[in-house]
Parts: sequence; C-alpha cells; structure tokens
Amino acid sequence: MSNEIEHNAAGAVTEPIADPGLPEHQYRPTDVDPAQERRTERQISFMFGLASLLAVAFCVAYFAIDDNQTFLGWSALNFALGASLGGALLLIGVATVQWAKKLMGDHEIIEMRHPAASSEEDRYAVMKDINAGIEESGFGRRPLIRNSLLGAMGALALPAVVMLRDLGPLPYGHANTVWAKGMRVVNDVSGLPIKPADVEVGQLVNAEPAILFDVDEEGEKVLHGADALAAKAKAAVIMVRMRPEDITPSKGRENWGVDGILCFSKICTHVGCPISLWEQQTHHLLCPCHQSTFDLADNGKVIFGPAHRPLPQLPLGVDSEGYLIAMSDFPEIVAPSYPELARDQKKLGDSA
Amino acid sequence: MRSSVRNLSTRRRHPLAGLVVLLVGLVVAGGLYSAFAPRAATAEEVSSRDVEAGRQLFLIGCASCHGKNAEGITTQNGGNYGPSLIGVGAAAVDFQVGTGRMPMAQSAPQAPRKTPVYDAEETRQLAAYVATLGPGPVIPEGDKLNYKDATAAEISEGGEFFRTNCTACHNSVGAGGALPNGRYAPSLEGVSARHIYEAMQTGPQQMPVFSDDVITPEDKRAVIAYIKAVQDQPNYGGLGGGGLGPVVDGMIVWIAGIGGLVAFAIWIAAHGARVKKR
Amino acid sequence: MSNYEYTDIEKTGLGKKAAGPVGWLDERLGLAGVAKKNLRKVFPEHWSFMLGEIALWSFVVLLLSGVVLTLWFQPSMGEIEYTGSYAPLRGVEMSQAYASTLHISFDIRGGLLMRQIHHWAAALFIAAMIIHMLRVFFTGAYRKPREINWLIGIGLLSMGLVEGFAGYSLPDDLLSGTGLRFVDGLIRSIPIVGSYIEFFIFGGEFPGDVIIPRLYMAHILLIPALLLGLIAAHMLLLVYHKHTQWPGPGRTEKNVVGYPMLPVYAAKAGGFFFIVFGFTALMGALVQINPVWTYGPYNPSEVTAGSQPDWYMGFVEGAVRIMPNWESTFFNYTWSWNVFVPAVLLMGVLFTVLGAWPFVERAITGDKREHHLLERPRNAPVRTAFGVAGMTMYGVFWIAGGNDIIATQFGMSINAITWVCRFAWLLLPIAAFIITKRICIALQRADTERILHGYETGIIERSPDGGFSERHAPLPESAQYTLTTHDRLPVLEAPAETDVNGVAAPHGRAAKLKARARAFYFDGAVDKPTVEDVEHANEHHGEYDGHPAELGEDFLGVSESGIPKSH
Repeated sequence: MSNEIEHNAAGAVTEPIADPGLPEHQYRPTDVDPAQERRTERQISFMFGLASLLAVAFCVAYFAIDDNQTFLGWSALNFALGASLGGALLLIGVATVQWAKKLMGDHEIIEMRHPAASSEEDRYAVMKDINAGIEESGFGRRPLIRNSLLGAMGALALPAVVMLRDLGPLPYGHANTVWAKGMRVVNDVSGLPIKPADVEVGQLVNAEPAILFDVDEEGEKVLHGADALAAKAKAAVIMVRMRPEDITPSKGRENWGVDGILCFSKICTHVGCPISLWEQQTHHLLCPCHQSTFDLADNGKVIFGPAHRPLPQLPLGVDSEGYLIAMSDFPEIVAPSYPELARDQKKLGDSA
Repeated sequence: MRSSVRNLSTRRRHPLAGLVVLLVGLVVAGGLYSAFAPRAATAEEVSSRDVEAGRQLFLIGCASCHGKNAEGITTQNGGNYGPSLIGVGAAAVDFQVGTGRMPMAQSAPQAPRKTPVYDAEETRQLAAYVATLGPGPVIPEGDKLNYKDATAAEISEGGEFFRTNCTACHNSVGAGGALPNGRYAPSLEGVSARHIYEAMQTGPQQMPVFSDDVITPEDKRAVIAYIKAVQDQPNYGGLGGGGLGPVVDGMIVWIAGIGGLVAFAIWIAAHGARVKKR
Repeated sequence: MSNYEYTDIEKTGLGKKAAGPVGWLDERLGLAGVAKKNLRKVFPEHWSFMLGEIALWSFVVLLLSGVVLTLWFQPSMGEIEYTGSYAPLRGVEMSQAYASTLHISFDIRGGLLMRQIHHWAAALFIAAMIIHMLRVFFTGAYRKPREINWLIGIGLLSMGLVEGFAGYSLPDDLLSGTGLRFVDGLIRSIPIVGSYIEFFIFGGEFPGDVIIPRLYMAHILLIPALLLGLIAAHMLLLVYHKHTQWPGPGRTEKNVVGYPMLPVYAAKAGGFFFIVFGFTALMGALVQINPVWTYGPYNPSEVTAGSQPDWYMGFVEGAVRIMPNWESTFFNYTWSWNVFVPAVLLMGVLFTVLGAWPFVERAITGDKREHHLLERPRNAPVRTAFGVAGMTMYGVFWIAGGNDIIATQFGMSINAITWVCRFAWLLLPIAAFIITKRICIALQRADTERILHGYETGIIERSPDGGFSERHAPLPESAQYTLTTHDRLPVLEAPAETDVNGVAAPHGRAAKLKARARAFYFDGAVDKPTVEDVEHANEHHGEYDGHPAELGEDFLGVSESGIPKSH
C-alpha cells in the first residue's frame, strides 16, 4: 500500500473539463488607435518631465527653506523635501509602469518548465566524481587521518567560543544596590533631601539615593555615566504617604515607614520598567509596560498582571537633621528575576 | 455740556454736597484700587458675600454627594458618594469645578473633564466657601503661572521633572494613559496652566499629590512651561497620530502603507482596458 | 509570440552600438549563456505575486537611507550635555547616540526625512514579508520544490524582526531604552544561564556602555549581510524554479505563461521600485514616526505611558502582558515562566511551526509531486483554516499588546481587556478554524454547483404548475476549466494493522496516527466533479425548462469568472 497520491496522466479521460488553451489575444486601445498611443506617450513623458522638475524642486527647497519654518503645523523643510523627492520617485515609477502596461508588447508568452531535479546522467556523473574524489584521497580507507582531521576541525571551534568569554564580566551585583544605612532619600532631578512633613497624605515622590547627586572635591559627580545609570536601574525608589490606618504591614515591617510614609523600589519585578503610576485612593501602583499592579498598602503585593514577586520595600528612618534616610539596603532583591534569585535571596535573608 | 455743568454747580448747593463728593471720590478710588491693584500672593480676594453665595451653590449642587457640611457621605462598604472637602482648599475646587469634572453627571470609574457647569464667578464663590471649611491649597496666581517667561534652561529642567514624575501616567506629550479598571490619566491638551498647577498641588481623584516642599513652585512652573512648549511645538515630521506612539504607527503601516502599495500592485497587474472584439 | 516584426539584430541601431561593449564583457565574463536563459524569462502576472517585491524594494530603500544615516549617527553611549538646536532638551545629559539622532533630526537638512523614510521602510519591509508569506501559505506555493525557499523566507522574516528591533533601539531614547530594559528582563528569564547571557550581551550590568555599539554592528553589518545573502538565494531559487502561477486556460504544471523579463517585467518591477520608494518618501514627508525628541534620552528611572515596541514585536508584547504571573523555584534555581514562555518560547514555537509546516503537510498528505500551479485557499480547507487560526492567535496577541491604548481610546477597563485576551488567544483561533473550514467547504460546493449547473442568470421563470425557478447558464469554458484544475482528493485507506500471516505492522502506531492526521486534513473537502458528474449534469441541464436558455437581447454576456455583466 502506498501513501502517495496516484499521479494520473492529465488527459480528457479523467479530467471533466478539457483545457481550452490560451485565450485569444485582446488588443489594447493603444495598440489599435494611434491617437491613443500618442496621447499615452505624451502622458508618460509628461510624468517623467514633472519628476525631473520635482527633483530640482528638492534642491531649491533644501537651500531656500529655513529650519524654523512650519507648514500646516509640520516642519516645512521636511515636508517640502519629502513631497518633492517622493513625488519625483513616484512619478518615475508610475510612468514606467504605464509605459509597460500601455505601450510595451503584451502578448502572453509560454515558457516550458524543466523538472527541478537534474537529469539522471548528471546525478550519476556527480556521484561518480564524488566517489572518485573519496577513493583518490583515501578518506574512506584511512580512518586515522580522517578522525584526527575531524578532531582538529572540531577543536578549532573552541578558540571561537572561548574568544567570546570577554564579552562581559561574570554576573555580579544582582543582590545589592547602592543603598546603605544612613543614606538620604532625595528627590530625583533636584537632589533635595526630604523631611517627613514635606510629604502629604496621597503624595508620591520619585526619589533616588543621595549618592547619585554627590560630588567629590573636584566637583565631579561621584557616580556618572554607565555607573550612574546602572545604579539608578536598581536603586530608584518611590515614596508614598498613606494614612497609617490604611497600611497593613507584614510582620517585622511595622517600623519600616515613617508617619505613614513608605518607600518601595521603583523597578518592576517583572522586566524592570520604572513604576510610578500611583493611585492615591486605591493605593495601587501600576506598571505601564505590562500592567503589573502592586498594592503598596499591603507590602507591595502583586494584585494583577504578570509580575510574580512583590515590590521590594526599603526600610525608612529619620537622620539627626530630620531628613528621611534608608535604614539598610533592600532586604529583598530588586529588579527582574534571574536564575540565581532563589539562592541569592536565601543568602540575603540569612545575613540580614 | 460745559455750560450745563456750570449751571448745575451754581444752582445746587446742598450743605452736604461736599461730603457726598468726598464719599463718592473715596468709593471710586477705593473701588478702582481694589479692582486694579495687584493681589497679595497669599491673601484670597473673597468677601463674605462670595462665601455665602458659594455655600448656597454648594447646598444646591454639591451637598447631595458631599454632605450638607461638606463632610462627605460614606457608603456601607467603606466607599463614599463624595469625599469630605474639609481641608481640600480653594485650589481643589477651582480645579474640579473649573474643568467641569464636578458636578459629576453620571456614575463612572472616574469623573471626566467636560464643559463646566458653573461659570468663573460661581466657581470662585464655591472655592471661597470650601476654603473656609479648613486650611488647604490656595488658587495659584501671578508669577507661579507665568510660564511664558520661562527661560530655555527652565523649560529643559521642567522636562526632566516631567519625564520623572508625570510621563508614566500622562505620556511623553501629555496625551494621557491608562490606569486600572477603567480609570485613566487624562490628556493635558488644552488644559490651562492654573489647572495643571492645581492638579499637581491637590492630587485630584487618583492622581498623587506633588506638594510644594518636594516639587517647588518654581519646579511646577517649569513643568508647565515644558508641557506648553511640547504641545505648542510643531509636529516636525508630519501628522502626529495623537502622540500615541507605535500602536498608531502600526495601524498606519498596514492600512495606509500596505493598503496603498497593494493598491498600486493591483493596478500594475491589472489587465487594463481592452478593445472589444467585433 | 509577439506580433512585432523583428529585424536582424546586427542591422539595428542598438545592435551596431552594443556589439563592441557586449563583446568585450563576454570575452571576459562569458555572460551570454546566463543572459540567454534569463533575459526573456517569463513571469506570470498577478498582483499577489508582487507582495514579495514590496519587501524587496523596501529593503533596497532601507539600504540606501541607512547608508545616509550612518554618515551622521554616532553609536556611542558616552554621556554628553546636549547643546544642539532642539531647545527643550538643551543642557540635558544624554548619550552621544541620542544627541546625534537629534542632530540628524534638527540640524541636518533632510535628516529627519531620511530617518522617517528609514523607519517607515522598516515597518513596511516586515509587513510586506508577512503578507507575502501569507500569500505563499494560502496558495500552497511552499510545496515541492520550493520548501527551501520557504525556509529562507522564514529566516528572512525572523532576522528582519531582530534587525528592526536593533535599529529602533539605536537612538537610545526613552521608549526604545525601555524596550531594551524589557529585553534585559527577558534574557534574565532564560533558565540557568540567563544572568550570564545578560552580562555577556550588555558587557556588565544593565545598561552598561556597549549595548548600543554592539547593536549598531549587528544592525549595519552582521544582519544586513545575512539578509543580503538570503535574499540573493531567495531570488536565485525563484529564477531557477520559475514563479508559480494561478491555474487557468493554457496554464499547466509544465509551463509558465506570462510576460518576458525584458522589457515588460523589468519595467514593471523597476517601476514598482520607484513607486515603493516614492510612496515611502511621501509617508516620511506627511506622517511623523518615532519622534524621539519628545521621549527624551533613556533613563532607567523614567518611563512613558503607552510604551510599546514597534508593531512587529507587538505580538510578543501582548503575550507578555496577558501571561499569568507564574514563577517557580526548582533545584535552587528560579524559573520565570511569566517572562520566558511568552517572550522566548512563543517566538521559538512560532518560527518552528512556520518552518516545519511544508514538511508536516507533506508527511500528512503524502503528496511528493512537484507543484507549480497554485491552489485556491478554498481547495485546501484545513490548511486555510489552520492559517486563519494562526493569524487570529497572532491578532489576539497583537491587540493585547496595545491594551492600554485601546482602554484609553475606547473608555474600557484595561484589566477587562487583559482577562478577555487571556482566554481569547486560544478560544478565538479554535472558533476561527471551525468557521473558516466551513466557509471553504461551502465555497467548494458553490464552485461545484456552478460547474455542474451553471451560474445564476437572475432570470426567474415560472413553470406551468406555478413553481418559480431561476434560470442558469453555463460558465464559459475557461472558467469551468479553471475551477477544475486542482487535484482530486486522494482515496483514504486505513493502514493494514497486520499482514497476511498475522504479524503486526512494525510502525503500526505511527502509521495509524498518520492516517488519522490525513483523514483530518482532507475531512469535509468537496471533491471536484468527475467526468460522469459533468456529463450527467449536461444531460439534465435543459430538463426543467425544456428549451435552451433564452437569455433575451438585454443579456450582455458573462465575465471570465462567470459573473453576468450588468451594464
């Protein structure tokens, strides 16, 4: 029994309708009417001509139009350059196609296909040649040479792979941030430290660790460039103030807030987008990227969306001058999950 | 005219005429002064008449949800028909009523911006009344709202504040964004500087508060200046698509782009007009 | 055959002028042999064959506009303070990549236009590849001998996605940087080795200072080289196999009917290049795309509402949004199913299914012949239904990716949209499969009806006993022929479970599974009429009205596809 469909010879016997053959050629108006032909020629040359003019218009616009000018609320220069260039190209294309459609020969032509496979003789000849090559090289008869060759080629892959080792350092730093005990929580952008009385119920503060705004003796930022961004990507926080009666801290977190002011990581535990869509009445925090929603009155618990881990909370305190400070680094690992997370969290928990 | 005035002054000589003139002069001067003099930054220009008028308006239009004394009306499961307005300040009222959000016409996940029901005078009176209920943010005025004088550096800094504090909800050009369960951060298009300031100050509905101690009045003005600059600048590249980003671009690519090019392809491969066979 | 009278080439003006240069080239390159086969190569004509051309010409536009952009773009993450002409960002710290993008947009005349042309062309490139792939899928053009070309196409599509992502991430703006952050989280979710790969790709902690230069290298060198190579192979195979064609009168499996490369197709294809380029340039002139100056430079503590990737990554974005938050810990490792499954596995599954399809279909149907005539989608109901189901699933993910825009624009709850999509991604495709299959079968029945009983003329007649009926007239022969050129349905046999001596078949289970799959594939499909059916129908054609159809003087004939002309 064969699974193949029987290939029937296509003939009148098995096919219900016979092939009527190519239909008779029909002429276009431009084939039979010289006036139409000339009109179409003029049409096509006009379009080419207009395209040339538009190309020149591009050059004129380039030099003549000022950067500040607007047109219909858009950049006048962008519009003029684009419209002239686009128009020129489009006209060339349309004219060429029109030429092909209306004036070029349009009799249908038949070309025969050949089977994709080569002829039997060619295949046979190729097999013979390959065989001759193998025979003459002795590849088949000399297993020692063959195997050691294959081994050498295989071994060459190793340098290629090993070269990639210095693409980057081995992973580090996932489990800690720049936050430390006593570091002030400062307002992002302005760098100003914050007192509890500055924050009203229902307020959201987008904050950073003070070290991001610290400068050294020469006035250079202590953390700058890639280091600053890497620090921000883990240490950015938000502070929110709620009525203390609305907050239900879990065990051990009762003194992590100050007067109802709580501090949470700004970095979503899903894939790391910064979150600051704070709904002051529902106490929910929404991440704009994939809509993970966290309840900040309930220890950053996930209440909707694809994030799994609750939002890490930073314990707050007040320093001697009354400004809000962190009491330690984050006790939970911030930012998106990674394979060693469980292990690192355990280590962090043990050392806390 | 002059003769008739002279006639008047020679004929009427009531003993109290001088006093009347003095009184009229005082009243006119005082009235002109109060009308044109610059207002003190913190004092609110309200009279007890405004407060009483505001209270009347409040009882008619607001008390059914907010309670007769604006104490709020709570529901059994912990929600409310209208929150307490004690301590929200004139700024909150000016924002909510001035943007038409209050009074809320129908129940919805949040009060949408709509045509204000009360005119400017009535809004002022309502604000005056609510301000007497408890100390709260005052209506901003003067220099705080003067974003047109902001320098380029201020606009840039306003942009930094805007991107850190505002775009997460309102989007890069203030076109708005989604919040959970049918709520949303509204578009900032066409919102006055005063209302933007008040919103930052009072945190309407789900919007958080951005107090003056953290985002100072200068910062707020810079933010407003940036918003206006970004909204007033041309869409340099062409039609803007509402500032909604790649989703709209994707729609345009498929509908206009592929649609248009496929239309061209259909034209190219079309059979074309044929002469009728006789 | 053309009706032009050819003069001997040596006597024409062109022949005399060209003889020298052409001879010079041929003496060194021997091109005449290749040219002879290909100059007048025949290409069949249909608009649906030009979809791949849209992709091809978009790629050329990308190369041209991309080269222009490389003259000014600086692929460096070094921080500088912006001092250029876009005032609202002056004094802001940003990477050189971002600053140079602003420079191109505002200080280079025509720079913004080039950026926009480049971005629109990229979006069109991928859209055209998808619609071209769908056309090839629904017409069965991937069958032997074109399976390799199909695989090359899938390779082109997948690399196009990566290339586009790398490209729009280069300006290092807030929106694309947020996308890079997403990719960072995605890489972290790769089981066991995720954090190692993350540190190797970013050269350290996110964001590092090498990712933009590395993406640049991939975007202008590595992937374009691969794309060019694959495109060349794709075109070569197309030329070698010759293009498929729609069935019709005069068209068989053994020929190609159409127009020659020179001059018609050269003109039409060349003209289409200019049309695609011009159209893209007009889009760049009229519609703004990726206004990076409004987003601001990338900052890991900033984000904008309505953060989406470019449309072609939307399906991944949607899958990630609706995925439930599953994460587990085994063997002291964290397994982030919530990210890994929708982001990495989904794309892997999609491209595996796409790539394997021709081979799976071949194994199921057992059809090992060459095919050069296209199949109308209705004549392969299960394939078409499967394709539509796939499109539906892709569409649900795509919509889920824009759920926040939909929520704000239509006043809906974003949570509700997410919940609906969590079920719709599977339920809607199942429904689409069932509905599409039934529609295809119904269309096949309608075709059979038209062949056997002709088309409906719209002329109603009343029989002597009062019954109304519509008169039918036979389709023109070419239309009838076109409707019957597809393959007859195969005879389905259950595989023998034991042989003559009672010995169980060695691959019995596999064969049974295959037979069941085959039965499912052909289930319900209506076979084309047999010779007997047609003869039978012809006999009865005039039966109910007893006389040949008198269609009246107003009757204007019928079009090629059998629709009566009405004016």
